[in-house]
Parts: sequence; C-alpha cells; structure tokens
Amino acid sequence: MDIAESAIALPVAATTRAGIYHYDEYDREFLRERVAEFRDQVERRLAGALSEDEFKPLRLMNGLYLQLHAYMLRCAIPYGVLSSEQLRQLAHIARTYDRGFGHFTTRQNLQFNWIKLEEAPDALAALAEADLHALQTSGNCIRNVTTDEFAGAAADEVVDPRVYAEILRQWSTLHPEFSYLPRKFKIAITGAQNDRAAIQVHDIGLLAKRGPNGEAGFEVWAGGGLGRVPIIGTKLRAWLPEPEFLSYMEAVLRVYNALGGRENIHKARIKILLRDLGAARFTELVEREFATLPREKFRLDPAVVAAIRAHFAPPAFLALPEAAEVLARQVAADTAFADWVAHNTHPHRQPGYISAVISLKPIGGIPGDASAAQMDAVAELADRYSFDEIRVTHVQNLVLPHVRQDELFAVWRALDALGLATANIGTVTDIIACPGLDYCALANARAIPVAQLLSERFADLRRQYDIGPLTLNISGCINACGHHHVGAIGILGVDKKGEEFYQITLGGSAGNDAAIGEIVGPAVPYDAVVDAVETIVHTYLAHRQAGEAFLAAYRRLGVAPFKEALYAIA
Amino acid sequence: MQAKVKTKGTAQPVVVTANRLRDGRVVWLAAGGRWAEPVAEAAVFAGEAAEAALAEAAEAERRQIVVGPYLAEVRVGAGGPVPLRARERFRADGPSVGIVAA
Repeated sequence: MDIAESAIALPVAATTRAGIYHYDEYDREFLRERVAEFRDQVERRLAGALSEDEFKPLRLMNGLYLQLHAYMLRCAIPYGVLSSEQLRQLAHIARTYDRGFGHFTTRQNLQFNWIKLEEAPDALAALAEADLHALQTSGNCIRNVTTDEFAGAAADEVVDPRVYAEILRQWSTLHPEFSYLPRKFKIAITGAQNDRAAIQVHDIGLLAKRGPNGEAGFEVWAGGGLGRVPIIGTKLRAWLPEPEFLSYMEAVLRVYNALGGRENIHKARIKILLRDLGAARFTELVEREFATLPREKFRLDPAVVAAIRAHFAPPAFLALPEAAEVLARQVAADTAFADWVAHNTHPHRQPGYISAVISLKPIGGIPGDASAAQMDAVAELADRYSFDEIRVTHVQNLVLPHVRQDELFAVWRALDALGLATANIGTVTDIIACPGLDYCALANARAIPVAQLLSERFADLRRQYDIGPLTLNISGCINACGHHHVGAIGILGVDKKGEEFYQITLGGSAGNDAAIGEIVGPAVPYDAVVDAVETIVHTYLAHRQAGEAFLAAYRRLGVAPFKEALYAIA
Repeated sequence: MQAKVKTKGTAQPVVVTANRLRDGRVVWLAAGGRWAEPVAEAAVFAGEAAEAALAEAAEAERRQIVVGPYLAEVRVGAGGPVPLRARERFRADGPSVGIVAA
C-alpha cells in the first residue's frame, strides 16, 4: 500500500479507540480482494488446475504452510498490537477452523496448527473481518515488523515506535521492488533505550530516539540475525533524521536486493552480505545509494507522520492520585500478588497506571499457547481494564498495556482464575520454545516437551526467584525460531541418526548487551537435557557473587566451570 | 527435513507417507493404493517394490490426493510398521504434547 495514498485516506483523528491503527475502506477492500483471489487459487488447486509446485508460493504468500500434521496458518499481528475485538476473532477462528487454540510466536504473530486447505480461505475471510491478515508472514519479503510490547506505555520510552512500525508496514506491504528479495527480511524497532525488541539480531534494527531539539530520528542497525549463522548486527547510522527514514530503508533494501546471494539459501540473508563485504564497504554502498535516491519522492512528510501518530494517541487516562497507594497496600497484604506485581508488571508513563504481563508459561504448559476461551477472557479483561488493548510479546506472552494501578489486584484475581497468573516473567520458566518436531516440518527435535519438563523441574517460585533473571530459549532446529542463540541458556535440537539430541549454548542475550551464546560441549540426548540445565544452574549458584545474575556470572567465569560440571567423567 | 532413503540394493523395509491435499493430514500408502491415516495400515515395501510404491504415490500427487510423498524406513513390529526416525514416529503418532483446554 502506498504510504502517500494511505495518508490521504487517513482520518486525522482516530474515530474509535486510541492505540490501534484503524484500516480505512481502501485497506478493507484490498483484503477482501486478496481473500477472493486466494479462494480461487485454492479451488484451482483442489481441481487440479494448479500443481503443488505452482500453488505452494501462492499459499505461502497468504501465510499458509504445510507442516508435519496439517496446514498451519500464520496470522500477522502488526507490531504485536491487538484490539480486544481482534483477539475475540482469533478465538473464533481457533474454535471454528482449528482445534480451539493458537500459538503466539517469537515474531509476535499467531499460528493455527490444524487448518484444512479447503477451509483456509474462510479462515482468511474471518481474519479480514477483524482487519487482520496473513500477508508477509512467509516468503522472501519484508515480514511483520516487531516492536517493544510496552510501546506507547513504557515509562522509559523516548519515542513511540508503533508510529514508525505502522509506516514501515504501509511502505513494505506489497512493495513491488521488495516482494522477491534474496531471502526473508525482518525489521524490529524500539523507542526505549532498554531494548526489548532485540534490534541487534534483526536484518534491520531501529532505535527511535530524539535529537538535540526534540526531533525524532533513528539509530540504524543492519545485518543481525540468528539461524544457521548467528551474527550481531552492525550499527550503520547513529542518527537518521525522521524525514529520511524511508529513503534510508529503501537504500539498505536496494543494496541487499542487488547484491544479496540468491544461489545458496543458507547464504542469502543480509547478514551474510554485510559480513562478506565488511561493515565499512556495506555502509559505503548504502550511503551511496541513499545519496542518489530522489529525496523528495521518499521524504517522510511530517503530515503523514502526524496523521499516523493520531491513531496512536494515548487513551483517555484519568488522574488517579490514590491509585499507587491502593496498589502498595494490596501488595503489602498479599504475598502471591506481590510476587506477581514484582515480576509481571512494567512501569507506565502515565501516573496511576501500569502494564501487566500475562504469562503464557504456566508450569508444565506449552509456551505461547492460548485456548480460545483464554483469548476471549483476556479480550474481556482488556475491554474492562486496558482500553481494549492487548500486546503480544516476542517472548510469547501477552500484555495488558494500560491498567489502573488500583484495579491491578482485580486483574490479577481474574487472571489467576483463568490459570494465567503465573508470576514467572523473566525467570527460568519463562521459556521461549518454537513448535519443534511436534508440529514443524523443518524441526529436527522437539522443543515443547523439553520446555514443559524444564518448567516442571524449576516449578518452585521461590527457587526461580533465587536463581534470578535467566532467559532459557529452545529451538527445534538451526533456523532458531526459539531464539536459542540469544538465551542465557540456549537449547538447540539436532538430529543424530534419526534421534533427538540437544546442543546447549551459554551466555546469549538479545538486549542492549546482545551476544550469541557459546556451545558448551557435545549435544546431549532428550532424556539428559533437564539434568544438564539443572547442572548449569547449580554451577551458577555455586559460583555467583552477591547479586550477580546468571549472564553476568557466566561472562565473568567463562564456559570452563560449566563445561567441567556437565562433562566431567564421574 | 526428511532424510533421503536409498531403495536400490537394500532390504530395509520402508513405507510411503505424505500429507493429504485437502486437509494436510498425515497419510500412509496402504494395500490397494489406498491412503490410510493409521500407520499400522501402511504397506511395507523393500528394494524395487519401494521404487514402484513411490511412483504410485507420485501419481496420487498428480491426481490431487496427496502432497509430498516420500519413503520412510521402518521396522515391522507385532502391531505393524514402526518408523525408525523420530520425525516419522511423530507423523505417525501426532504431537507428543497435549493442547490447552479449549
């Protein structure tokens, strides 16, 4: 969709609720046409007019994969922002076209695992009814842009990244030049100094910030990524003025599109191009391209930015002078609530409000899974307590971004009744896990049951809190959807002669101190993974200094004591 | 990714598996060219018979019945063929994990 056209069509003031980008009739008509087109393609496939080779790229352009047991529909949740109405529609789709549940992913998307090809067009039509779709959730295009789950709410936010994520969405949707890139392309953007969007491990990572006169601009990173060749990105620009935003994106994409490898799928991401050219040469090429672009054509008009920003205007917050005190009293009176507040909330920019993180990691549960009933219930809570808004995190949890502090106790009680109040955000049981070999056609080993076993082993909250902040990420194959490279403890499933083994890495981080984990030693079999992690945790506890988190201890100690503990011959 | 299975010069028993086109469900080539959901009903082949079975499956793919047929090594147990590799065992048995209550 053309950014200029969209801007013309935009109502300057959001007509319904704040905080959600609202489609106009142009967007809706476009989605209806896409669904009709796909319905025709499915009919032709079922009738034999299209072969699988002809049909596969068409279904992938509509987010429909063929997985191990069924078709999987990956629905885009642009920058992880959902209205309660949209979440209810996802619940409806889960009930009607799937088996009553969905799986939130590390790309802030939602996957349905049991879709039938013949019903896929109906599922897409149902998505479109709620201004949702599955475009650019597959294929060698610019994928769904991800961002900070606390965008527009976080106390430490400098610039609201949703505005620019939406601009990127409009710019990249069906961009004719970038629909057939050498490989897929992932962009993440944050607007807070504390990076919660993992910008250093994306094809392009953006930090929105303010210049000396308060003007918005960007720090630009490129060439980061996980997968087979994990690489921390390179900072291309410390400052990019807002009006040049799209010109520079165009320049980076053009250099990649022209020079990125297309012969070998494993060497086709921008990170390989940047690595092979060297940061200086790559940057020089981007700057040269940038200098030659017709600046006026790509200039981001402040009026367009303002019109899009109007969609993300703050909701109608109230002055709540007593709310913090009410919350403090309730925290003091209830230990379980206090634990949850300490771990599952984030400071809000608006006095009297707070963001609440809903853990989709109950002890022994499947990370990121939510039933239709839970989705409906969360939508209900969002209606009542969070201005109809829900966020999806790239760590596979949900967020109610704008909760009154004096209503947080009621939210917690309601979540507890739903089994959604596990107070484990940021702890060892807040595990990222991809679908793995239980669902995914690419996987070599299972990830979900490993996560479940680990969650059960470390179930005791007091023990989790004693261990402290620790990211534990599991991928079922080297494609790294479970972000294992950037887990403080990373677990990678590998295939050894048809059996599941797991390689363990230590020391990864996706934050400001981004780092790729180091392999600790030979892979271990399925039955040995949980004990291995426990040994690693024991080693940390035995060696840590006062107040020293796992990652800090690992960086001080190095891999040796962990390796020795894991592989020492008894 | 499924492993490539050699058929010539080996007596290793194999079955043919694929996904059904209409709904994507895992199916196994059974006697008489039928596609069955339970792996226990899968026909077992070896050597040149495996190549012929794969050709039959390719024809079923051309007729819009299945997608992506391939050979999977098995051992033949009392209850029928049991895939040797983890991937095909999960294809046969379904996900090893439950789902959240709807």
